[in-house]
Amino acid sequence: MSEENKTTKKKPYAKMMFMGIISIALYVILLLKQDIINKYFALGGMYAFLPIATAFIFSFVHGLFTGNFWTVMGIEAARKKKEIK
Amino acid sequence: MHDIVKEAANFINLDVMTIAYLFIVGFVGGLVSGFIGSGGAFVLTPAMMSLGVPGLVAVASNMCHKFPKALIGALKRAKYGQVDVKLGIVLGVSAEAGVLYGAHIQENIKKAFGDAGSNLYVSAAFVVILAIVGGFVLRDAWKTYKSGNTDEEEKVTKLALWVQSINIPGTMVYFKSLNARISVLFTIPLGFATGMLAATIAVGGFIGVPSMIYVLGAPSLMASATELVIAFVMGLGGSFKYAMHGLVDIRLAMIILAGSLFGIQLGAIGTTYVKPYMIKMVMGVIMVTVLFSRALMVPVYLSQLELIQKLGDSTVKVLKSTSFAIMIFALALGAFIVLKAMWQGIRSEKVALREAARHRRA
Repeated sequence: MSEENKTTKKKPYAKMMFMGIISIALYVILLLKQDIINKYFALGGMYAFLPIATAFIFSFVHGLFTGNFWTVMGIEAARKKKEIK
Repeated sequence: MHDIVKEAANFINLDVMTIAYLFIVGFVGGLVSGFIGSGGAFVLTPAMMSLGVPGLVAVASNMCHKFPKALIGALKRAKYGQVDVKLGIVLGVSAEAGVLYGAHIQENIKKAFGDAGSNLYVSAAFVVILAIVGGFVLRDAWKTYKSGNTDEEEKVTKLALWVQSINIPGTMVYFKSLNARISVLFTIPLGFATGMLAATIAVGGFIGVPSMIYVLGAPSLMASATELVIAFVMGLGGSFKYAMHGLVDIRLAMIILAGSLFGIQLGAIGTTYVKPYMIKMVMGVIMVTVLFSRALMVPVYLSQLELIQKLGDSTVKVLKSTSFAIMIFALALGAFIVLKAMWQGIRSEKVALREAARHRRA
């Protein structure tokens, strides 16, 4: 990676903030509405799709947030050795 | 079924301390999983049970956090070119069968010998498998470290070369991680064993990763990344099965997931900085340490089954607490090695970048 690329590469602050807010909102809903959620999610049978779908939604939103979080913190994957040379 | 429904209705109350505890354990578990492809689950289930969560709900909720975590980890490591999706799915499907069979064996043992018998079976499986496989993995990593050839490419074992040389028409599949065609007749029993172990001790990767490395000939980095695909396939099927009985406490699963997604991303990034033998080192160290934790519990269950002299209440309490502490220590030790190796990798890369920039200027 050239010096120029390195300096112009922007950190995804906006993406992190956006996904972070959605992620927090999801967790707030989960904890505030836990009585209703527990009632329906524990019914079993075809209601099994509820926890599975929830897990996918949370993983998508929170996964994007945590990925951007580490990038913003400056922790990224190693560059290829040949790029360094 | 009545008991299951009763247990499902028994979801615990959550307070700030409980949420923080689950988040932190989730983070450390995720960090290790992102690095070695599995682990963490063996601490999460007892950690939830220590909060008063019924056993089956703990297992179900752990599984429901595992599959989305594995999915994110696999996607992250796929970006680094470390995942063999085909191998992961082929092994994952047979692992699913192993999970069902393993759970069936567990149920039969529980019916015949009760809770103590079931616990003894789990602990014995832990001790025997971790002693053999963990000892072998740790020895191999240690030999590489002592030889000073840590930068050399990993050698494919003789067993893997033999497996790759066998041609059984109609069953041969090419896998990019092995750069060879192998018969699925070899992958099916390995996947099955991985699933059986996952159903027994919650961490199928302790069989899955070493078998991909030593039996099939996959590089450590690819084996640990591909294990995340297996964990996703197994976890999704298992979670659905438990959710059909209403056993998943989604609050617990999602809180652990909150921490573990931070961890798994970091662990996955860590793999790009370390030498391949470090995967084996972390896995071996965790396996051998956990082995001691479970071995301490064997006398407790033997005493409950009246196979040895009855142990006093205080002795049982000490053994249980020590066992749990060693388990937490194993996970923390694994996380420490991962973070240390990653830190060193980042520092040496920065030095190399500075050197390269200086050369260019000169």
